[in-house]
Amino acid sequence: MARTGSNRSAFPPDWWARGAWLLLLVYLLYAASHLELTPARFAAGLEHGAKFLARLFPPDFRRWELLVKGMVESLQIAIVASALGSLLSLPLALLAARNLMPVWASWPARAVMVVCRSFHPVIVAILFVKAVGFGALAGILALTVASVGFLGKLMTEAIEEISLKPVEAVRATGAPFASVVTYAVLPQVFSRFVGFVSYETDANLRNSTMVGIVGAGGIGGTLFAAFQRFDYDFVCAIVLTIIALIMAGEVLTVQVKKVFRA
Amino acid sequence: MSAALSVRGLVKEYVPGKPVLRGIDLDFEARGISAVIGPSGTGKSTLIRCINRLVEPTAGQVIFEGRDLVKLSRAELRSARRRIGMVFQEYNLVERLSVMENLLCGRLGYVSPLKAWLRRYPGGDIARAFELLDIVGLGDFAQARADSLSGGQRQRVGIARAMMQEPRLLLADEPTSSLDPKTSVEIMGLMQTLAQAHGFPVIVNIHNVELARRFADRIVGMTGGRVVYDGPPERITERHLKEIYGGEDWLE
Repeated sequence: MARTGSNRSAFPPDWWARGAWLLLLVYLLYAASHLELTPARFAAGLEHGAKFLARLFPPDFRRWELLVKGMVESLQIAIVASALGSLLSLPLALLAARNLMPVWASWPARAVMVVCRSFHPVIVAILFVKAVGFGALAGILALTVASVGFLGKLMTEAIEEISLKPVEAVRATGAPFASVVTYAVLPQVFSRFVGFVSYETDANLRNSTMVGIVGAGGIGGTLFAAFQRFDYDFVCAIVLTIIALIMAGEVLTVQVKKVFRA
Repeated sequence: MSAALSVRGLVKEYVPGKPVLRGIDLDFEARGISAVIGPSGTGKSTLIRCINRLVEPTAGQVIFEGRDLVKLSRAELRSARRRIGMVFQEYNLVERLSVMENLLCGRLGYVSPLKAWLRRYPGGDIARAFELLDIVGLGDFAQARADSLSGGQRQRVGIARAMMQEPRLLLADEPTSSLDPKTSVEIMGLMQTLAQAHGFPVIVNIHNVELARRFADRIVGMTGGRVVYDGPPERITERHLKEIYGGEDWLE
């Protein structure tokens, strides 16, 4: 039965959606009052923030040796962890890909990745600092674990999306499984892997500046110490250097992708 | 029997109780092109894939060079597959590899994975690849990436890859179905020339009955998972085609 003219509505009201928005608003107000997020508290915070900002500038680069040493260590942690993580992720991802492997191989591999991804790198770093002691080794191990969890998942998904037609053709030639992988599987995913690894290196670069806070090596330790001594001008110098490093990394990954035609 | 390939009682059920192939018995001579025709979904592709066990047969025998392929272990099967070339409807090239690398895929059964990965192929294989590229008319395309080629060129690469195996049997699954009519004739002609020059039999699934009549020495008509016609192309009649494809309107 077609309704006519005036009682046809182009945009009928959706009362469920309106109710959901209202509930969300009520909860936000409740949560804010629960946390004593009042305008007065906010104003006091702003005042404090202004003082802090004033003390950040001008940045103090006089202790540049300390800065460079920490940054170099962070960079090395990031690169070594990314390389190790990539090397470990590749076989794990091949094992985990359900289009190439039987269930008894893919589930354990997936379980390893899930465990690696379960904790924030800083928590993993705390574990490794306790296990292997203070220093860069703990940072490298922590970020390697994080990389395996992340890269492994991305690589597995990329492998599961490949076309099986070349795989079928290469199998039909009597090729051993290892050659099927290197000729029919990896060429299809290699450029995506380059993208994943450069992305993970970028993430590791950021995380490597942080694991130092818990004693796992790198600039993070220096940053934390500067904070605790209220050397805010040195903090500013460190933060600016980190930003510069991340930007340089961005430029570098673009170049790397170009080289590999990703 | 001196047949190059004998298929005996071949049955394939993807779902138990619903056979796609209902007991196929065929012998293929050591020479000539055999065209398998039939409607879509009648098991032509399954038949061809059961021969080299890309699809595992449910029952039956596939006897090639005196051995039942169905009973072979994985390693024995790989070594048997090295002598069976295969050409695909959608070419199944590795798009991101060069034409030369795609051709050398045909030698992967003979080269260790490490040497293959490092591209350390015997000089003879590489010389043969260049030779085959000239034969299929792609002499200038060795370094081109496979995804930069046209459909006809890709199928030529597909055929050259199969030829790299020095096959004793060539399986072709709808090799012309993705190509225009002129290119289709060229591709069939190329396979015919190569099969005659090197003396191996070809089993080709084909949709185009005219193309089958023109190039095949024998036509096998299938419908509903059974062989309903098996004989020379000139003896196939409209009555046979009606039985194979069903209906008759399309024949007019």
